[in-house]
Amino acid sequence: MAFHELGLKNENVIIVSGIGCNGRFPHNFRTYGFHTLHGRVLPIAQGINMTRSGLCVVGIAGDGDAFAIGGGHVPHAARRNPDIAYIVFDNGIYGQTKGQPSPTTPFGYKTKVTPDGNSENPIDISKLALAYGVSFLGRGFPGRPNHLAHLIAQGIAHKGFALIHVLNPCPTFHDTWKEWAPKVIEIGSEHDSADLDAAWRLVRRQDKIPIGVIFKQKRSTPAEFKATTPTDTKTEMNELLKSFR
Amino acid sequence: MTIRLAGESGDGVILAGEVVTYAVSRMGLKIFTFRTYPSSVRGGPCLYQLRASDWHAYSQGDLLDLLVAFDTEAISSHAQDMKPTGELIFDADRTPKTYSSLPKHSFGIPFTSLAKNQLAFPKGKNMIIAGYVAGHVGVSKTVLEEVVRGKLGTRGGDIVQRNIAAVELGYGLAPKEVKPEFPRAVPNKIVVSGNQAIVLGAIAGGCRFYAGYPITPASDILEGMANFLPSFGGRAFQGEDEMASLGAAIGASFAGTKSMTATSGPGLSLMTEMIGMASMAEVPVVIVDAQRGGPSTGLPTKTEQSDLDHALYGGHGDAPRIVIAPGNVEDCFYQTVRAFNLAERYQLPVLLLTDQSLAQLTEGMPNPDLDSLTIIDRERAHLAGGAFQRYAVTHDGISPMSTPGETNGEYIAESVEHDEDGRPSYRPQIHSEMTAKRFRKLETAAVELGNDPLNVKELPDSKAKVGVIGWGSTQGAIHDAVLRARKKSIRIRWLQCKLLNPLPKAEISTFLEGLRKVLVPELNYSGQFAKLLRVNFTIEPISFNKSEGLPFRADEILRKIEEVA
Repeated sequence: MAFHELGLKNENVIIVSGIGCNGRFPHNFRTYGFHTLHGRVLPIAQGINMTRSGLCVVGIAGDGDAFAIGGGHVPHAARRNPDIAYIVFDNGIYGQTKGQPSPTTPFGYKTKVTPDGNSENPIDISKLALAYGVSFLGRGFPGRPNHLAHLIAQGIAHKGFALIHVLNPCPTFHDTWKEWAPKVIEIGSEHDSADLDAAWRLVRRQDKIPIGVIFKQKRSTPAEFKATTPTDTKTEMNELLKSFR
Repeated sequence: MTIRLAGESGDGVILAGEVVTYAVSRMGLKIFTFRTYPSSVRGGPCLYQLRASDWHAYSQGDLLDLLVAFDTEAISSHAQDMKPTGELIFDADRTPKTYSSLPKHSFGIPFTSLAKNQLAFPKGKNMIIAGYVAGHVGVSKTVLEEVVRGKLGTRGGDIVQRNIAAVELGYGLAPKEVKPEFPRAVPNKIVVSGNQAIVLGAIAGGCRFYAGYPITPASDILEGMANFLPSFGGRAFQGEDEMASLGAAIGASFAGTKSMTATSGPGLSLMTEMIGMASMAEVPVVIVDAQRGGPSTGLPTKTEQSDLDHALYGGHGDAPRIVIAPGNVEDCFYQTVRAFNLAERYQLPVLLLTDQSLAQLTEGMPNPDLDSLTIIDRERAHLAGGAFQRYAVTHDGISPMSTPGETNGEYIAESVEHDEDGRPSYRPQIHSEMTAKRFRKLETAAVELGNDPLNVKELPDSKAKVGVIGWGSTQGAIHDAVLRARKKSIRIRWLQCKLLNPLPKAEISTFLEGLRKVLVPELNYSGQFAKLLRVNFTIEPISFNKSEGLPFRADEILRKIEEVA
């Protein structure tokens, strides 16, 4: 839906996925894609974006992929601000491997690994994203599909690194639907998405789960890369060699 | 002549050595250098060695003709490496007058006080020493000044003038010996380190994206690429770690740009999972490993050849890859061009193994003739039909590729086992057929690369019963040793292997035929190359393993040859 909204062509889109239930995501589309390693969506996506800035790169990862094993890559993508949309499906569990706790599993939650209840405090992906300084943060919920599709389109259209945090319940291993659905409210026009303090207030709310564009800032992206080689490569190369005489 | 400069890290030993090296090279001599320094930024012993000759210098030299000591410790550590006829130049200010064990031909000059009092430039001491050494060996003053300007020209203020004054002061003090005449014509050559040759070879080979993480001794490659690629329309990127670096290189290659990364042992360990992904998803990529003392953090600034096993076999599963090991600096250039060609043709990760000594030593090499280079690009798919199969099973294993942006070329590059369309599949026949297809590319490579001149370097002798077979950067020392052995009437032949996977079996088989003794010198403890030979050929190699963090000296290998022959 987001791709249609933006009028993108198949050949110009690359979907990069990691490992987990979301790994097979690219195969639902007829675009280019790369099913990569656990936690490594951002490096591959940035390599593509840094060399083909005219193409649309969308990264897909779960909460464990993006913030456990892949956690080290997020702040650097935020710093560099490449023109990539990173959709993080947060279900608070490791579903593919059938039910181990993830970085966002609530304290006290019982799993196969934590039979006496999870003793680790969960991280909050939206808060981390703001702390890392992303230039676009959106939060969505599959219970509002049109809203989510439009949010993703906005993230893709944003010129810079857009992190889209999707609260995505796993009905099999951690059904948070009943807990989340009643608290979801759509962010209205009263919110100034350019105001970082207002953004923090939204993500700190415990009573409600505001969804929509939480923060959006215009910021420069890495310099344009010209993939075409200059016509006088040989001359350039000979000049370079001369400097080593 | 073999010259060694030694002092404390931070004294400017390396810069002084480089000035002398470039000056001597421009005077027309062939040069070979070696350097070692501690892994801290300041403090600890540091040395720079230069061998200059009017015939080809293959290695860094054995005993010293000239030792230049910046302090007393340098004298006590290195004096035993001097020839009986060797000379010592030392800093009289840093050596007590009571120092008793000065070699026979010693010249003490108060370099420290000259720098401080005569020039008011204490940091210029190393340049006074460089000037003195250059004068002593007969370099022309004009050439010396040219080199200093070239090295320091970009620095602001009066830095250049002060350094010129320093070298001139040293030059004036040196006794002008009658030295062999320098050749008149300055040949068309460049003086580069192994790392620099790799940077130049990569750019010549079409690399336009580089991603890397700083690590000794490969950081120069990241820096060189960051500085040079933009003027070729390319870019270098410093990743946050090695996984990010190789991941970005693979992403860029998937998207159509020839890409590379460089690292050392610890980084290669981190990159292992990614190498498997490139192999499985069939994405071309070049990975340089400048090996150093291992395992683990090991000896960051010392040389070793102990990553061969890792390069050949590292990583879970059966993941085909190509492994190359250049023998000297010139080889670094041409084998890097080759590495890109092989990566593109066979759509595999290509590992290029050097080591600390080769990465950082400088050698003169003929200016590359760019017109003579063959550049190979990935086979492109014909996309008119609309039924594109990225991983089509072909007779040679190579499946034509599409590039993102091309209509009808859409596919998902897969780290999971997949069918010809690239759809994930666990079906038994699919896995065995696809694994066979990926390995068939290596078999195709073995056939297509048969007898390629870049596979091995040989000094044949069909009547010899003794042979030496080495790999990679031990080339120079072994070459020197074999020539000297022959001068002593020992019948011996030599092969240096530069293609480790697929192993050039025909060339090595022919080499081994009829040999009674096969000596395998290598710079690792466990004899990794000897093991590879044992697996592929019916021989019992005589291993000569050195793992001291230092390169071989020709005389060490010569002694072993004499023992064995």
